[in-house]
Amino acid sequence: MLRFIIRRLLITIPTIFVVITLTWGLIRLAPGNFYTAERSIPKAIRENIKEKYGLNKPWYVQYGKAMWPIVRHLDFGNSLKYQGQPVSNIIARSLPVSATIGLLAYLLALILGITFGSIAALKQNSAWDYASMAVAMLGISIPNFVVGPLLVMVFSLSLYWLPPARWGGFWSKSLILPVLTLSGLYMAYIARLTRAGMLEVLRSDYIRTARSKGLRERDVVIRHALRAGLMPVVSFTGPALAFLLTGTVVVERIFALPGLGNYFIQASLNRDEPLIIGIVAFIAITLLLMNLLVDIAYAYLDPRIRY
Amino acid sequence: MSNNNGTLLEVKNLRTYFETEDGTVKAVDGVSFALQRGETLGIVGESGSGKSVTNLSIIRLVPNPPGRIAGGEIVFAGQDLLQLTEEEVRQIRGRRISMIFQDPMTSLNPFMKISRQLMEMTRLHLGHNKAQAYEHAVKMLEMVGIPDARARVEDYPHEFSGGMRQRVMIAMALSCEPELLIADEPTTALDVTIQAQILELIKKLKQRTGTSVILITHDLGVVAGMTDHVVVMYAGKVFERAPTRELFALPGNPYTRGLLRSVPDPTAEQGKLYQIPGLPPDVAHLKPGCPFAPRCDRVAEICRQEFPPFVQLNAEHYSLCHFAAEVYRESQKESSTSL
Ligand SMILES: Nc1ncnc2c1ncn2[C@@H]1O[C@H](COP(=O)(O)OP(=O)(O)O)[C@@H](O)[C@H]1O
Ligand SMILES: [Mg+2]
Repeated sequence: MLRFIIRRLLITIPTIFVVITLTWGLIRLAPGNFYTAERSIPKAIRENIKEKYGLNKPWYVQYGKAMWPIVRHLDFGNSLKYQGQPVSNIIARSLPVSATIGLLAYLLALILGITFGSIAALKQNSAWDYASMAVAMLGISIPNFVVGPLLVMVFSLSLYWLPPARWGGFWSKSLILPVLTLSGLYMAYIARLTRAGMLEVLRSDYIRTARSKGLRERDVVIRHALRAGLMPVVSFTGPALAFLLTGTVVVERIFALPGLGNYFIQASLNRDEPLIIGIVAFIAITLLLMNLLVDIAYAYLDPRIRY
Repeated sequence: MSNNNGTLLEVKNLRTYFETEDGTVKAVDGVSFALQRGETLGIVGESGSGKSVTNLSIIRLVPNPPGRIAGGEIVFAGQDLLQLTEEEVRQIRGRRISMIFQDPMTSLNPFMKISRQLMEMTRLHLGHNKAQAYEHAVKMLEMVGIPDARARVEDYPHEFSGGMRQRVMIAMALSCEPELLIADEPTTALDVTIQAQILELIKKLKQRTGTSVILITHDLGVVAGMTDHVVVMYAGKVFERAPTRELFALPGNPYTRGLLRSVPDPTAEQGKLYQIPGLPPDVAHLKPGCPFAPRCDRVAEICRQEFPPFVQLNAEHYSLCHFAAEVYRESQKESSTSL
């Protein structure tokens, strides 16, 4: 097991460098530059900028210059737009915002999704089942950028219960609407995964055995069915959490939250190369780690799996 | 040492139907049989004939929907199980009637240690505390012949071979000393040599505990040395019912004769195995007449028109056939010439 983890962590390193390289290349390929704004700048100044940032050097020199500090010190450099601010500072500042909202949203999605999914599975083809799955279908088909403004319209602009946007701190009412907006899709997805997983397990032979032992249906479900039934949710949780924790572009935009997702958009629009690379690398690392955690969780949950 | 102190189980005119898109599947349609205390009853029939559904009906575990028990009585130790509440049936399941299933690979929970799966039974039904249940689990594993039981009890199902796993299932099923053990094709998924061992084990434990057994199989050969009575099923109906010896010697039904011919003869040369021609019928769309008629080697016009009668051939021998008496007589002739 330990060897498996170490091996996986070692594979992570080259993967990250491939991701960074690809990102670096894509930024180069796209037309435009961080200094091209609507207003054109005099040629002399442009040359100066090119000189200063080494943009007139051959591509491999530029690549080396970009990669070397990362390889040496894990240093992603300073943002070009937020002058003098190290990329790591920006990430450290915005991550807690994204992570708080993402984590709360996912917890909510897990609790409600598993509850509704299990109910739907246990009462298959009942009104409960149809109602849960209809709501889940809605949750999946209505996009965030519709749900968010809709919630704002109802709870902020009509009822005046909750603030419509902006960050009000880690424990404030301003979290509620973004968390709700964000969790909807995941809740719906988890409900469907749970239902499908539970239905599959409840049909299995060993559940029939458990019933033939005279166990209460409640014990059959909780002791025997739930673990296997929730395996799909466990797999889903890895990537889902990685994306949620590292910020969701749409929701952070709608609610004007200073999270990673919002910075990422800004950085892309500004062609802020170090910041883009820093955030992409961070997301990639989180994703790889989350998937590793899922695999570890699998080995822990399923005795048949050994690495 | 079968002490025949009365009937343990009497199934009367049991009907279990499944509602499917294809129509009502009459998986079990008017099945009746009885089992005496201490006896072993074999239920034999081709796959799809309704054996498993019959026995799931007995402990009321037919998946509902789509299945439902449409009628009949299941009188177990004097009470009709179909009249009991779910709570009351639960106290019978595992405690007084327990089951072993075909595939030991999938019938044990792969996520749970054997110890927990066994302890669960006795803690629930016998009120054991943890320590008692644990000791009992070890004892049961020893009883079914699992070597090094005290260590193996901490293993997971996947750490056992198929045969050992079926032994674990048997240990679990017998851990509350049930009055009735239903074994649904307990050896079908196993190697031939392991099959014999498992059957031998069931026989031995049966003698030791006095449990009555229902042994379900599609292979008449399995039933021969194991059972006192045999029920032969086809298309959800009992086609023949007789004491085992009588059934083997003097079958009174063409279907049973076909099944007997398809039992591999260990003394014969390795050759082609006989198989009843054709396929079992679709029990959702049965035509009038005998369901076996299209495959029967002595079919007559009446077989296609009228449903056959359940003919009594002697005290304990019944056969569902228009020509039961004739078939029975032929069997008698054959057995006297072969002697
Ligand atoms: N859950 C189910 N839904 C629909 N039909 C079923 C179901 N279970 C069993 N059946 C049908 O009932 C009939 C008898 O099945 P079964 O008792 O399992 O046969 P076997 O004699 O092989 O044990 C078959 O035709 C089968 O298709
Ligand atoms: Mg079967």
